[in-house]
Amino acid sequence: MRRVLFRGTLFVVVLAALWGLWEGYRWLWMREAWTWPFRVDSTSMPHLHSIFGALWSSARPGGVGPRLITILFHAALFTAKEAAVGFALGAVLGFVLGALLAHFQILARGFLPWVVASQTVPILVVAPMVVVWLNPKLPGRFQDWGAVAVIAAYLTFFPVTINTIRGLRSADRRALELMRSYAAGNWRILWKLRFPAALPYIFAALKISATASVVGAIIGELPSSIQDGLGGQIINYSQYYTTQPTGLWATNVVAAALGITFFLAVLITEKLVVRRAPENVA
Amino acid sequence: MSVVLIKDVTKRFGETTALQGIDLVVEPGEFVSLIGPSGCGKSTLLRIIGDLIQPTTGTATVNGKTARQARTDRDYGIVFQDAVLYDWRTVAKNIALPLELARWDRRRRAAKVKEMLELVELTGFDNHYPWQLSGGMQQRVSIARALSFDPALLLMDEPFGALDEMTRERLNMELLQIWEASGSTVVFVTHSIAEAVFLSTRVVVMSPRPGRISNMISIDLPQPRTATTREDAHFFELVTEVREALHLGHDLERAPA
Amino acid sequence: MSALGRRIVAWLPAVVVLVGVIALWEGLIRAFDVQAFLLPKPSEIARTLWDTRHELWTAGWFTFQEALGGFLLGSGLAILVALVLARWRILGMALLPFAIAANAIPIIAFAPITNTWFSPLNKSSKIVIAAILCFFPVLVNTLRGLTSVNPRALELMHSYAAGQAEIFRRVRIPTALPFIFTGLKVATVLAMIGAVVGEYFGGALNALGVLILTRARVFQFDEAWAGIVVACLLGLVLYVAVAIVERLTLRWLPSTSE
Repeated sequence: MRRVLFRGTLFVVVLAALWGLWEGYRWLWMREAWTWPFRVDSTSMPHLHSIFGALWSSARPGGVGPRLITILFHAALFTAKEAAVGFALGAVLGFVLGALLAHFQILARGFLPWVVASQTVPILVVAPMVVVWLNPKLPGRFQDWGAVAVIAAYLTFFPVTINTIRGLRSADRRALELMRSYAAGNWRILWKLRFPAALPYIFAALKISATASVVGAIIGELPSSIQDGLGGQIINYSQYYTTQPTGLWATNVVAAALGITFFLAVLITEKLVVRRAPENVA
Repeated sequence: MSVVLIKDVTKRFGETTALQGIDLVVEPGEFVSLIGPSGCGKSTLLRIIGDLIQPTTGTATVNGKTARQARTDRDYGIVFQDAVLYDWRTVAKNIALPLELARWDRRRRAAKVKEMLELVELTGFDNHYPWQLSGGMQQRVSIARALSFDPALLLMDEPFGALDEMTRERLNMELLQIWEASGSTVVFVTHSIAEAVFLSTRVVVMSPRPGRISNMISIDLPQPRTATTREDAHFFELVTEVREALHLGHDLERAPA
Repeated sequence: MSALGRRIVAWLPAVVVLVGVIALWEGLIRAFDVQAFLLPKPSEIARTLWDTRHELWTAGWFTFQEALGGFLLGSGLAILVALVLARWRILGMALLPFAIAANAIPIIAFAPITNTWFSPLNKSSKIVIAAILCFFPVLVNTLRGLTSVNPRALELMHSYAAGQAEIFRRVRIPTALPFIFTGLKVATVLAMIGAVVGEYFGGALNALGVLILTRARVFQFDEAWAGIVVACLLGLVLYVAVAIVERLTLRWLPSTSE
């Protein structure tokens, strides 16, 4: 109990310190009119309270229309849908691929280097081509956002594949021999021993992938001219940045919140599923 | 002057009392073994002598100085159950580490490392990395490292506990030869009765909950000890004596207060 | 078998897969006469790579400088901060939740903002994005390495009366090195992606990201793909460079020496 209280206090103190750092930097640089590394003014670094204030005021100047937070909340829900579908797709794909590569050494030798190399592809610049190519092939329900989910899946699968391989191979050798002594087949060994042993590794990867899927969904929206998600809002507010900088900042705050929400969702699932001593896995 | 002087030391970790009312004197040139079941605080006592932890009450004096001062003066070398070699350093550089910290110059370091490698019979392994050595060889490097700066006192915490019986007996012999050659004082933690009797000039028997010294047995086997010492009738008598002392301590613990 | 022979055998399956995939891709497009404007034949991409090599080289070098700058800045800062957080544990404990949260933020979304901090034409705007992307994986890995030291190794250093500075120099940092390199390798890929994606929100005309974007807009997909290949290759170059430094530095590890 005292520890929770201590941690809570610490959290608040650090939060206040970070706030102070931002405002202090702003104040000092503006007072001294320093221009390195960049000129500080209300456009480049708005007051934090005005960023959060913008969330609660009307999106359009003049005070008519819905609040910004309402608009961004709906955009976040849309992006969350893309990210969640992409996350599920990428996680399943990543696990199956990882299981195959872990089981067949020769496949791992042949494909693993290219799986790693695939991550150097700057997906955002490939995204428009994926969207243009994939969209006509998708059924009506998945039009537009389905292609974005595929991009999110692409960013998701990689950590899952790598950690599935490591996890499945991490099963204790003596435990394996014990299973063999029970005359268990390969499938039984996979589900009863290797998979549970791999779970902490897989969750470590899913935590990375959770964020990656949100990144994938946002950048997938940018070139697809999808207006309904956070990516569309980022494009939108970056055009009005010089007149209304708080809009873009507020959108980024919501995007950050979405990323953290996805991360926390995986974290909580992990706590529920892996009821063992936490292991030190990357 | 005594090498180690422990006066009325008590150590508590939170609610549990690890050590209670410990008094111990170790004279120069002695080989003292601390023996007892797990939880009797023998490793804790060793760490208090080495100033790696502080006693709750009481004092530990080494070479007439406080334990802290003795540590700062690098008066003792320590060996753990795992060799704790630094993976990124070769054998020679592992042995040279304490010498680097004591600011020895390169030439003196090289000469000393060569001497130590000869002592533990690892000449030619200078440039090997720890993972290339067997467990027994790693432990020999660890001993060479502890002895490299000629400490007056050698603290050993179950140094051969993780090795097989054959390697263990061979290293026991080597340790005795090193002890005789260097003339240092040794405090040795073990849970092997035969090892304690074979090596020591004195065995300190400890009992748990709370950890305390329940008996001290002088080992008057002739020096130097050889392979035949283990077959000596008197050796078996002493082993029996230590065993009975251990069981007595155990029964004391069980007896209603 | 010689060391070289073994290495060739180890890489053979990977080469077979690469050749197979390229042959299949080329073959399918030829055989079925696929309307291949989105995904051109590998041979066409290769020809375009050669024909526009000067332009691609200029653009690639420009973007590579941004990526390298961001990588050095972000990783360097991350290692320094990790050292401070490992030395004063209370700070580390206080800041870690924020580092984890920051790691879950889609940082690329900040590219439009750094573009307004500096001019979009300025390399600094991309360097900052690449640096922020590199910062967190390196920080988290370094911190984990610095704090996963065998407690016995620390006791040993105490027994030598070594100070905190000595302990960091001789024990904590060497222990952390393999972790640091893991973080750095992740960061190399992120740096290149950060630079290219940053350019997507506006950048100099001779930048790689801008080149790919403008070519794709006018449906010159072979040139766009050639640009993407260059981006991948440059990312790999940075990755391999770090991997080589890792091998040279971590000679003591059983897995890195033959």
